Amino acid sequence: MNDILKGTLVQLAAMDPEEVSKHFAAWNRDSEYKRLLDTDAPRLNSAKAVKDWLDKELEKQGDTMYWFAIRAAADNQLLGDITLDVMSWNMRDAFVGLGIGPRDFWGRGYGTEAMRLILQYAFTELNLHRVTLDVFEYNPRAIRSYEKAGFRPEGRQRGAILREGKRWDVLYMGILREEWMESSTRIEKGKTS
Amino acid sequence: MLDIQTPLFEGQDIRLGPIDHEAHPEIESKWTHDAGFMRLMEMKPVRPFSPAQLKKEYESIEKKMEEDKNMFYFTIRAREQDRLIGKAIIQWIDWTNGNGWLRLGIGAAEDRRRGLGSQAMRLLLRFAFAELNLYRVSATSPEYNEAAVHMLRKFGFVEEVRRRQAVERDGRRWDLLMFGLLRSEWENQPTGPV
Amino acid sequence: MKDIFRGELVRLAVESPETMAKSLSRWNRDSEFLRLAESDPAQMWSERKYKEWMEQRMEKDGDDNFRFSIRTLGDDQLIGDVSIHPQWVNADAWVGIALGERETWGKGYGADAMRLILQYGFIELNLRRISLALHSYNERALKSYEKAGFKMEGAIRHDTLREGRRTDGVFMGILREEWLALQGGTS
Repeated sequence: MNDILKGTLVQLAAMDPEEVSKHFAAWNRDSEYKRLLDTDAPRLNSAKAVKDWLDKELEKQGDTMYWFAIRAAADNQLLGDITLDVMSWNMRDAFVGLGIGPRDFWGRGYGTEAMRLILQYAFTELNLHRVTLDVFEYNPRAIRSYEKAGFRPEGRQRGAILREGKRWDVLYMGILREEWMESSTRIEKGKTS
Repeated sequence: MLDIQTPLFEGQDIRLGPIDHEAHPEIESKWTHDAGFMRLMEMKPVRPFSPAQLKKEYESIEKKMEEDKNMFYFTIRAREQDRLIGKAIIQWIDWTNGNGWLRLGIGAAEDRRRGLGSQAMRLLLRFAFAELNLYRVSATSPEYNEAAVHMLRKFGFVEEVRRRQAVERDGRRWDLLMFGLLRSEWENQPTGPV
Repeated sequence: MKDIFRGELVRLAVESPETMAKSLSRWNRDSEFLRLAESDPAQMWSERKYKEWMEQRMEKDGDDNFRFSIRTLGDDQLIGDVSIHPQWVNADAWVGIALGERETWGKGYGADAMRLILQYGFIELNLRRISLALHSYNERALKSYEKAGFKMEGAIRHDTLREGRRTDGVFMGILREEWLALQGGTS
């Protein structure tokens, strides 16, 4: 059985509220990080407030919500988090959300690999039929990363975001089980190790 | 010879022991981050746990044992340093009918393939039949867990039910097997009572 | 989209905890009913206790437990209950059915309710397979489930001791393809 939690750059791990809240509070001070992630106006919350919020949110994990910490494979450093929210089990569709905190780890394949791991989890451990995500028009790095992971554009909410005096679209992307199965076997065959 | 001086919890290289709330969460947390192991041990989707979460889990296990009285949860320790290497459980005990379900796992890869699982199995079965007086012990395993299926057969378990394609994992469907061992069968075999 | 809760003899419905508790406490005074439906030692609880349990259960059921009552189409009599319990990850589910009113046994009411719950499982919950377990001494149910399309998958030996006799726990399952093939044959 494949160890689907481990990649070459990152591994998926448990969310420890004590540890994670400190990192979230620090990353949240980078307004670009927040504005790429959320439509809410960024707030600067203390580590304690974040921990209290996390404790409550983590309770919701069960059959329909899966929340992992993303850690660097090399030195176990905490890099971000990724969530899989099963919107509907009978339709077998889930929503994925991903964030990488430290700037040094943006645009270097860490997020892409985390996404690949979560898709493998979604399709070979939860046996879902499709995975959905939304991403902001002004986040081309993420859009590119998701395309690389196999997502296809499915539509956009026009002008749903108003920031820096401009209107931006929210893009919806999705990947189907069959598409992922096909693309992952192609990657498998391309591996040299 | 079945007599009360025969130790229930001592094996050759292992011992069965209680939960250690201080030392064990950290060790088990590592196992839960190894999806290769977890997919053999658990049917539920793999989920890594932090030591804090496991601490809570241990508390609820002991509470459940106390309240429901239909589970026996043991930790498996290596004799050197009483180190935690796995878990051995009899659960869902149906006292009226004398039936219980067995689960066993060795957490770290380095500790497997050394016969330690078999030693734990021997102790667990002896506990089930000679101390709990069960009539039969049941176990379930997906067909892809060849090591577990092999061990169960070695101990005389009979494959009783094959639930076709009941499991889906790694892009494939697998049968889920259910095994049973009657006390009469356990008493009559070489790996049985010592 | 057709009414998937309506069969030929019965319909699937939902009752208030009060109504269900009233019937349950009466049905459970019939020990044969209890011993066919349950593995736990036959026991009778008060109507109040059953109502409490129904209420607690409703809170916890969520999306993993779908429970229905069975009512006759003719005179809307509450005759039993049927439920389906999905294990979503594997797209498999356990079904359970019990007819509490003795006069309705062996008349096709159970079979009709089973048809409805299978349809619900495969068409509405999009399951891949449906499972059930029963006592080997429940011969009427065994025949009925085989007619419904379930295949035998094995038996846990001697899982029950009653009246000094050991009997087995039978497991059955029906795959989606098998169920679809059955639909193809009928109108």
